[in-house]
Amino acid sequence: MNAWSNIKTITKRELGAYFSSPLAYVFIVIFLLLCGFFTFFVAQFFDQNQAALARPFMMWHPWFYLFLVPAVGMRLWAEERRVGTIELLLTMPITAWQAIVGKFLASWLFLLLALVLTFPMVITVNILGHPDNGVIFCGYVGSWLMAGAYLAISCITSAMTRTQVVSFIISVVICLFLILAGFPPVIRMLEGWASPKVVDAIAAISVITHFDGFQKGVLDSRDVIFFLSIIGFSLFSTSVILRGHRAG
Amino acid sequence: MIKVHNLAKVFGTKHAVDGISFSVERGEVLGFLGPNGAGKSTTMRMITGFIPPSDGTVTVGGFDVVENPIESRRLIGYLPENAPAYTDMTVYGFLKFCAEIRGLRGDAINKSVNRVVEMCFLERVLHQSVETLSKGYGHRTCFAQSIIHDPDVLVLDEPTDGLDPNQKHEVRGLIRRMGEKKAIIFSTHILEEVDAVCSRAIIIDRGKIVANGTPSELRQKSEWAGAVTLRITGVNASAVNAKLSQLPGVKRATVLKEEATRVTMRVYPKSTDTNGALARSVAEAAQGWHVEELHTEEGRLDDVFRSITMPDTPERNA
Repeated sequence: MNAWSNIKTITKRELGAYFSSPLAYVFIVIFLLLCGFFTFFVAQFFDQNQAALARPFMMWHPWFYLFLVPAVGMRLWAEERRVGTIELLLTMPITAWQAIVGKFLASWLFLLLALVLTFPMVITVNILGHPDNGVIFCGYVGSWLMAGAYLAISCITSAMTRTQVVSFIISVVICLFLILAGFPPVIRMLEGWASPKVVDAIAAISVITHFDGFQKGVLDSRDVIFFLSIIGFSLFSTSVILRGHRAG
Repeated sequence: MIKVHNLAKVFGTKHAVDGISFSVERGEVLGFLGPNGAGKSTTMRMITGFIPPSDGTVTVGGFDVVENPIESRRLIGYLPENAPAYTDMTVYGFLKFCAEIRGLRGDAINKSVNRVVEMCFLERVLHQSVETLSKGYGHRTCFAQSIIHDPDVLVLDEPTDGLDPNQKHEVRGLIRRMGEKKAIIFSTHILEEVDAVCSRAIIIDRGKIVANGTPSELRQKSEWAGAVTLRITGVNASAVNAKLSQLPGVKRATVLKEEATRVTMRVYPKSTDTNGALARSVAEAAQGWHVEELHTEEGRLDDVFRSITMPDTPERNA
């Protein structure tokens, strides 16, 4: 009970930190502009003549998140270390876990807000046709989980350095790897020289492979577990790294 | 309240803190002195649980800081070096957050925030962003944070660093007043603070305690302690020197300054505990001279500090 109220206090502070700087507004505006641009101009939403969001809208999310999520996550620990507030935070009567989870939740909720603000898309397809809103909802859940996985990875890289830019670049690279491992052109290339089992194994660690099901409206527990285990593992790594810094 | 036993911290191959032990009781203000890099901040970080010790134990209010970190931290208020604070918050928001994370709820939050705002003179900047604060206000904001839950134990790493003389005076007064009911450890470079605030002081150098005592005990270690300074006019410096050096109980006499007709001398005793005897015998010897000034030195802390922490002195044990 106590743990939860500590997490809530930290989450509240971190959310406040986003909105007291221009970061939150810049992020949301850019995210929404990108969504609109790619859906309507690149994916040709109107020409497709389909009342669905998977193809024209959701398919871009792994790529948007590649750059936007590390930008949200990069300050989480790097800034604390740069300013020195980490010394305050970790000598408060809370556990390191509560701080890690609290910070992660704040950023994850912030990403949820950005995602929810794409609701005009949902309204648009509902006006134009009769989409399966279950599939759309499922896609949103998958998108949020995927964002969480990227974010947790950004948490690790943010804990590794006191420079936000370094954190950003490293997490972009790791997330890019997670995308490319399941990106069709890359898989076709791998099939040329690796056995199908190896190709499957590589594709299995890709976020694209696991996000696919959500876009089709299939809520497979394995996909949910995949994203949740990336989050769990990354947050655990974050705690190990933070402890390592302090142990000297 | 605070018991440090055989505490050590090794970074790589460097022994930042090398087996130090001391304790601080309620009502004591312990000054922590030492040159830069002596291990002051590292020790404080171990007491507050920020970094784990390589060896030894720290207990705060009976709780081991490694085994019961939450319970021990609850008792401690901590002002880290350079007084960090969340730059994206207002002073009020920051203090409120600290009160909340310290477990205060509802009305108690406002009460404690108001209390520390008044104690640290933060009314003027209460709704200003921490980022825009001057150094002094930033420092006091972080200080306010450390006392927001009225802790039994205060650990202050250079609490007066970067403050102007008036603010220094205020903060020292604050520490002294709070020291009547709490156990306080604070580190400083400023030796006059030891006299102004501390009931006891520890000097550490290269990770080891090299001196431990009340400020006046420490001063006794000074070469000057008990020495008599004398200023006279109208006599020859070497004659005075010769006469004073002959006195019983005098180790040596030196000429500090020699102007046209005025001589300033210092006479060092053989043993420090002279109880004014040296001053009396110097006064007797000075019969007939035109004495402008004559007083017994109490010894100076900076002299003691320098003599035991000079970089070229060989390593010594406490």
